[in-house]
Amino acid sequence: MSALGRMLRGHDDTQPWRGGYAPYDLVKELCVAVGVIALLAVLLTVLFSSPDDKPSTIAQWSRQLPVDFVGTSSKELAGTSGTAGYGPPYNHNGEGQHAAFLSPQKWLGVSHPINTAANFVTGPLATVPGNPALQQALTEYNAAPEKTKKEWAEAYAKPLEEHETAIEEGKTPNGVVVVNPTTGAVTVKATGAGPVPVMMAGLLDLAKSGGLDGSLLSGGQFFQTDYTKPLLFMADGGLLAERAKGQHLMGDQWGMMNETGSFPGQVWLWLYTLWYQVEPFKASENADILVMLVMGLLSLAFVCVPLIPGVRDLPRLIPIHRAIWREHYRTIRPRSSA
Amino acid sequence: MSTSQGPPTPAQAPAPSPAHPSTWTGRVREAAVEALPPEKLLPDEQPTYVASWIYVFGVASIASLIVIIGSGMILSLKGPAWWHFTSTGHFFNSIHLWAVELFFFVMVVHLWGKYWMAAWRGGRTRVWVTGAVTFLVAVPTALTGYVSQQNFDAQWIATQAKDGLNSVGVGAFFNVTNFGQMYSYHVLLLPVAVVLLVAAHVLLVRRHGVVPPFELAAREIAPSAAASGADGGRPATGAGS
Repeated sequence: MSALGRMLRGHDDTQPWRGGYAPYDLVKELCVAVGVIALLAVLLTVLFSSPDDKPSTIAQWSRQLPVDFVGTSSKELAGTSGTAGYGPPYNHNGEGQHAAFLSPQKWLGVSHPINTAANFVTGPLATVPGNPALQQALTEYNAAPEKTKKEWAEAYAKPLEEHETAIEEGKTPNGVVVVNPTTGAVTVKATGAGPVPVMMAGLLDLAKSGGLDGSLLSGGQFFQTDYTKPLLFMADGGLLAERAKGQHLMGDQWGMMNETGSFPGQVWLWLYTLWYQVEPFKASENADILVMLVMGLLSLAFVCVPLIPGVRDLPRLIPIHRAIWREHYRTIRPRSSA
Repeated sequence: MSTSQGPPTPAQAPAPSPAHPSTWTGRVREAAVEALPPEKLLPDEQPTYVASWIYVFGVASIASLIVIIGSGMILSLKGPAWWHFTSTGHFFNSIHLWAVELFFFVMVVHLWGKYWMAAWRGGRTRVWVTGAVTFLVAVPTALTGYVSQQNFDAQWIATQAKDGLNSVGVGAFFNVTNFGQMYSYHVLLLPVAVVLLVAAHVLLVRRHGVVPPFELAAREIAPSAAASGADGGRPATGAGS
């Protein structure tokens, strides 16, 4: 046997059992266990039920946070949102995350292509009927060079960002963004924005009517089950995060292992979530891939415990097994030491 | 080209050999019976050392899985939206959720128990490996359930989980924001994987038996007990966990 083979195999003097046997009804044990677990599940159900907070919609987002909605939409148009610059698997606009020379995010390419300007803004606007001003603005936008389109969108997005920043910092906004309290319409005093203000007003109206929810979901077929586009669009905005913060679901609040309410959630993800709370992962731009690689290595080690010297020897060295098999050891020890 | 002149007469037919069957089916049967004879597959007695509460957690893990699958089948019968608008549906969803919580709890206790028993000893490495892999596969099985809930939890968890999965390239074929794909993974692909792994795990336990206790040093063993344990016995035939 090679040295590696000896190291992996280790010292194992376990012999087949040649002692006594006792009656043991495995089938009965399983039936009783199923009954007990089912009863426990029913008891926990009666006591605690399960969470079911209604999902957010784009219509709800546009009505509750119209400035955030319009600001996010203008970033989608300008290509400066999180999704717009994400990289694979949604687009080629970002490098994605990497660890040293490893960039697995790019290995399988763009499998779910998303052009935020076309998919989230101009595409849905093209479906709006009976609004000549909007269609004229859209025609003007589509005919413009890419550079001009970007300048228009950024010129519109900038005052909105300043408005949001002022509110976050507790300062008084400078008045360039005005929300009509009755209609929820957003007016942005932006110069050099071309047709974008008209487009954004049209998109806000479409969203408030619920039309944008359906428009982002449809992919040319009647039946749909893929919510990638509406979810990514909403995740770029502030509504989901606002709700999540109130429900202790943010990344720095142990994130997705929690559930809404006071339910245990996915507690088995505690180790995965732990890394996001500590440096160097916490502040790293590549935190996700670093955490996934660490968890991948730990998972491999977990599976290979019997082959890892030291880890496999601890149970012999730390005599917890004496408590587990205390009845057995009591029967074979001399009475004086029992 | 065949030279057969028709079916052989009884006098010409080769004599059947139970020890060495000629058909694939017979060979599989013989191999299965040899590996797991009925008394090993379903023994009605266990070594005397199988006497601790820790052994309950293995069978409790299987029991939890049965409750999960049972409640999940009821939810599947009525479709993924049923539990949102009926109290009966919500009741079964809650049972499904709490059975999952119980499953992970008892499985973790089971795993820790097996670790401190060093249950991979005596040629049982595959028993540990199948158990550990079952735990690892159970995690995405639960995750796909969480993102298939069609509520705010599903929205938030999906948008958060996508980044980790995308960062290692998994998002290309495991898109947590695609409800249809996640639902398929949750109700078919991953549960089948878990059940197959659990079946392999249990059969390996049956085949190799429950790991015996660590040997005590000779000075710790009563002479009479040492003698009774060293002769007249037979190999362990395995227990539930």
